[in-house]
Amino acid sequence: MIEVKKLVKRFGLKTILRGLDFSVQPGEFVALLGPNGAGKTTFLRILATLSRPSLGLVQVAGHNIPNQAAEVRAKLGVVSHLPLLYPDLTAEENIRFYGRMYGIPDLEERVTEVLEMVGLDNRRKDLVRTFSRGMQQRLAIGRAVVHDPEVMLFDEPYTGLDQDASEMLDEVLRSVAAKGRTVVMTSHDLARAEDLATRFDILSRGVIATSAKHEDLKNTNLLAFYKKSLEA
Amino acid sequence: MQTKPLTLKILDVASIIVLAISTYLALVFAPTEAVMGDVQRVFYFHIGTAWVGLVGFVLAAGTGIAYLVTKDMKWDRLEVAAVEVSTVFFFITIVLGSIWARPAWNTWWTWDPRLTTAAVTELIYIAFFMLRQGIEDPERRARFGAVYALLGGLSAPITFMVIRLFRTIHPIVVGSGQGEKLPLTSDMRVAFFFALFAFTVIFIDLMWHRIRLGSLEEKVEQLKLNVSM
Amino acid sequence: MKTASPSFFKATMAIVQKDLSAELRSRELLSAMLVFSMLVILIFNFALELDPDVREKVTAGVLWTTFAFAGTLGLNRSMAVEKDRGCMDGLLLAPVDRSAIFFGKAISNLAFMLIVEAIVIPLYGLLYNETRIFQPGFLGVILLGSIGYIAVGTLLSAMSVQTRTRDVLLPILLFPVAVPVLLASVKASGGLLAGAEFAEILTPLNLLIVYDVVFIAISFMVFDFVVEE
Repeated sequence: MIEVKKLVKRFGLKTILRGLDFSVQPGEFVALLGPNGAGKTTFLRILATLSRPSLGLVQVAGHNIPNQAAEVRAKLGVVSHLPLLYPDLTAEENIRFYGRMYGIPDLEERVTEVLEMVGLDNRRKDLVRTFSRGMQQRLAIGRAVVHDPEVMLFDEPYTGLDQDASEMLDEVLRSVAAKGRTVVMTSHDLARAEDLATRFDILSRGVIATSAKHEDLKNTNLLAFYKKSLEA
Repeated sequence: MQTKPLTLKILDVASIIVLAISTYLALVFAPTEAVMGDVQRVFYFHIGTAWVGLVGFVLAAGTGIAYLVTKDMKWDRLEVAAVEVSTVFFFITIVLGSIWARPAWNTWWTWDPRLTTAAVTELIYIAFFMLRQGIEDPERRARFGAVYALLGGLSAPITFMVIRLFRTIHPIVVGSGQGEKLPLTSDMRVAFFFALFAFTVIFIDLMWHRIRLGSLEEKVEQLKLNVSM
Repeated sequence: MKTASPSFFKATMAIVQKDLSAELRSRELLSAMLVFSMLVILIFNFALELDPDVREKVTAGVLWTTFAFAGTLGLNRSMAVEKDRGCMDGLLLAPVDRSAIFFGKAISNLAFMLIVEAIVIPLYGLLYNETRIFQPGFLGVILLGSIGYIAVGTLLSAMSVQTRTRDVLLPILLFPVAVPVLLASVKASGGLLAGAEFAEILTPLNLLIVYDVVFIAISFMVFDFVVEE
């Protein structure tokens, strides 16, 4: 579903990604872990077509980036730590607006469907500015799946959420966002990542240092694996 | 350490020589203008600096396009050099113009099309540097700089045409049009064209230095990064 | 579910509708622009002592200065809304041409500007018993001027929100580049108020149209470079 070969990204003279190789099979849920400044967000922004690769091949859902960025965008949903919602619009107006930007047919039905999925149907006429952080993040997931994307990217979705809200978000991520889709997530929350993901890739110094499937971690836990990868 | 190329050294010396000759031609060789007197002599340098200021401005817009198309940082360095050098020359032009305007028009400043356009252009240059200063990422800095240089290059001629609707008393030396004509004798012409030539040489020399400085700056940044890695 | 990329026009209209309904609800931007406009006129009233014979000459200038200042307020706010909560990324993630985003934002910005003008102009007319400003030619010039100002302003505000200095930077970037549109508008609308023949204001009018066409085209072409990374 995602195929990345020898990806290099430079900002001026600083090289953030140094020949990164990465691939994701359909249906996989990959947690991308690593210290600050390792290039996780940069990498995700490249996958999301928001940032251009300096060198290398990037393919998402069978299309090349950046040349076929528009095709990729139609099949891609993104949830970041910012909600990407307009506070002065209601929940349904936000979803409707993004629905129109994706050219969705039968929009009203889809809006209701999405709001039900993220459990905000009863608050649909309320302004987003009155929502709690957790509710905003749930609506953000609704926004990201409005066009039923094949690939989802989560960039630190738990930032700024308390324990309860995180659990609620977990539930929505699992049941709505990840179901039947291919997912790449960056997170600092190892416990939650361990819970959700089927594969863990450690990004360090601009390359994928190590990678492990969930079932391979039986004898050890993710934290130990993470520490060991970074020491190597 | 990269040493200064020989051609650049020669050009440095040539710049000093042509500047000296041009000064001599303007202050001694050229005859005193009948109506305006000695103050007219600033005109040779005024035109010379204005000319290279204009060249730099057009060059900046051109290299802006070149950068946006190729994304090659060398165009960015060229653009910054062009803007920096011609900012200074344009400023000199305005100051020299004022020195001449005081006895000729009995005022330091007048809102004439050329003067106003020069002032607006100078403001565009300043805005250009303020824009670049506010951006950390060198690649974005180059992109935004290029876009702004392009916008500036397009608006300046329209500014000139619009202000011409208001009024003018600026003498016209080159080209035709209404307004006061400045007649040049043949000796004056020598001084005039030599000033154009001299400032072109000086402009190229300064550009070269600035571009070289830009590349060296980049090299230093690179070395710093290597150390910190 | 089968999704198709929306047409350019539909995406543009979606953005316009989104902006207008958000503004209709909060009225933050419009009320700020309006109150600010009234304050500027109040200050002009005393600073210039707007009695009838002074007004004769400065009405067009006072109105355009007011609109230019209020305009930067609106442009800043409208783009900051997109930037602050990452909504710009949300727009860029949609499978639409980036220039649809530019036109969407530009049309909403123009709508805000025209709404403010539609309130300020009659108010000015009322306050100073100035009925000549209601002639169609005058209003047409206001429209043409606003289009050019907003086109280049939308592009520059997309740049300035991405810099460290943000709000402070927009007027500094915008005013020198927008000088032609402001001066041509003042010249044309001032001429109309003074009862000039149509032929007399034809040149500023033409320049205004040239500026509009050139800057809409160039903003459309370079917007990609301003939002991409």
